[in-house]
Amino acid sequence: MTCNASFVFSDSYLNYHFHSDHPFNQLRVVLAKELLEAVNTLQPSDMIEPRQATDAELELFHDKAYIQAVKQASTGKLPEEKGLEFGLGTEDTPVFTNMHEASSMLVGGSLNAVDAVLEGKSTHSLNLGGGLHHGLKRKASGFCVYNDGAIAIKYLRKKYDVKVLYVDTDAHHGDGVQWAFYEDPNVCTLSIHETGRYLFPGTGNVNERGIKAGHGYSFNLPVDAFTEDESFLQVYESAFEEICAFFKPDIIVTQNGADAHAYDPLTHLCTTMTAYERIPMLAHKMAHEYCNGNWVALGGGGYDMWRAVPRAWAQVWNVMKTGQPQTGKIPDMWLRKWQPQAPVTLPQYWHDEPSIVPEIPRRAEITEKNAKFLLSALKYTKQK
Amino acid sequence: MLVESIMTKNIQTLPPDATIAEALQLLQQYHIRHIPITNEKNHVIGIVSDRDIRDASPSVFSKSAVQSELQHELQSIMSQPVITIHPLDFVEEIASIFYEKEFACLPVVSNNELIGIVTEKDMLHTLIQLTGTNVQSSHIELKVPHRPGILPEVTAIFGKHKTNITSVLVYPYHDDPNYKILVFRIQTMNPVPVIEDLRKAGYELLWPNHMAGPTR
Ligand SMILES: [Zn+2]
Repeated sequence: MTCNASFVFSDSYLNYHFHSDHPFNQLRVVLAKELLEAVNTLQPSDMIEPRQATDAELELFHDKAYIQAVKQASTGKLPEEKGLEFGLGTEDTPVFTNMHEASSMLVGGSLNAVDAVLEGKSTHSLNLGGGLHHGLKRKASGFCVYNDGAIAIKYLRKKYDVKVLYVDTDAHHGDGVQWAFYEDPNVCTLSIHETGRYLFPGTGNVNERGIKAGHGYSFNLPVDAFTEDESFLQVYESAFEEICAFFKPDIIVTQNGADAHAYDPLTHLCTTMTAYERIPMLAHKMAHEYCNGNWVALGGGGYDMWRAVPRAWAQVWNVMKTGQPQTGKIPDMWLRKWQPQAPVTLPQYWHDEPSIVPEIPRRAEITEKNAKFLLSALKYTKQK
Repeated sequence: MLVESIMTKNIQTLPPDATIAEALQLLQQYHIRHIPITNEKNHVIGIVSDRDIRDASPSVFSKSAVQSELQHELQSIMSQPVITIHPLDFVEEIASIFYEKEFACLPVVSNNELIGIVTEKDMLHTLIQLTGTNVQSSHIELKVPHRPGILPEVTAIFGKHKTNITSVLVYPYHDDPNYKILVFRIQTMNPVPVIEDLRKAGYELLWPNHMAGPTR
């Protein structure tokens, strides 16, 4: 299937930069984009520019006082004590020059992606610069300043009045987006992540189901550390399909963090590219089955930025554009350009060798436990 | 943490001459599972649980309910004497009463008068907060020598990275008295720099570890 898709990008995405030793590096987006150009699935006519989100748009989710603090931090005028109150200036989310401008550009990218889809210019839209799902109402957190996903969904609700299904496959729990819609029955959130027993942010337990009118519209699948492709995909695919049947969304917004990959230094999940091929395949299928194709995809985490992230993110676009992931060899052109800068050996193929994942001693127990969580997470969807 | 900060102050009580039927109604109306029995001076003289009531009147739940059983007075089935706790008791201390006596609810008494109750559920909620799992954080577990001064040595490393600690727990290390386990929850998404420094300082990490980790 060939679909009409748009790719949001600007070199200004590189301005969202904490410092050179920080694990969050937007060069990832450039690496994915150039990989796509090298295989010819991304053409200039597919591209759309991001814009800077306005204050009023940021206020759809964030507090005025917080936005003011980010602006002050941008020009180096935010006192240290005041910054810490807003989560700004920590080792995770240090302040940097023009952080307001850089952060609101990522948000505007997600808003443009939303408009492109809802105004019918494209069926799917991808903003790899976004997906900053830890940002809270009045607090920066986990490398995220403004929560573009939460803002984009508020914007979707306000401007287009559609029912939104948000699906987050980042290895960390999508806490900021979940809390933003915890009482809202028109926004259903599904997050599959490594259990918070050990990993930041620690939330995302299966019993977080939403409150008040939103009860039953938050879904969490906290999978065990060292979970591999098969078990990860089993719970992801079952949950996604069943929740679509239950919720019947008008649009699907996916957050495509690529940090559940075995190479990722910050998490303990052990998936390979197999998972990153099937994740967008199912999102694509569900969008066409339930939403007339309406699908906005965002980036997110991913800290093995040379090996795991470019391929994982490129596959999201490949599926949007051609209905299939790429296979075979990675183009020489891309390898030649980037290998000299990379501290690791770049992968030669789109697919991973199964041997990159070591023998997991407790595989059977992990699989069993994840399946139990799936049953528990879906406890209430079957009755409705 | 003190009992007074976690106890429920809004309590439903009944006098000893109230009937099982009245108790049953109260349990259902307020969705509670325990009723302290008090005299006219608000002294606790017994306690009745939903279990006691079920055991005392098996026919209540069958079709052939014998109404006379429901009219028995609570003093005929209440548990006594009652173990009570004080508002200034430590929460950590009363946990062992729950564990050893297998009670699910403890009345809080001050100057002989009932002023609150603490249930097992309140207790668990407090323990959840003590472990710090309800706030954004990452988990780090260390095996350290059991000697004075070790905790500040370790926490200095967190301090160097300006990392906020949300909770600290200390466990024994299996049966080996020469070591103990320190468990920290720290407010960071990227614990890698802290972990590297802990390893450099010679501490053994139990989590994260590379026992089952991928080849990186
Ligand atoms: Zn993540």
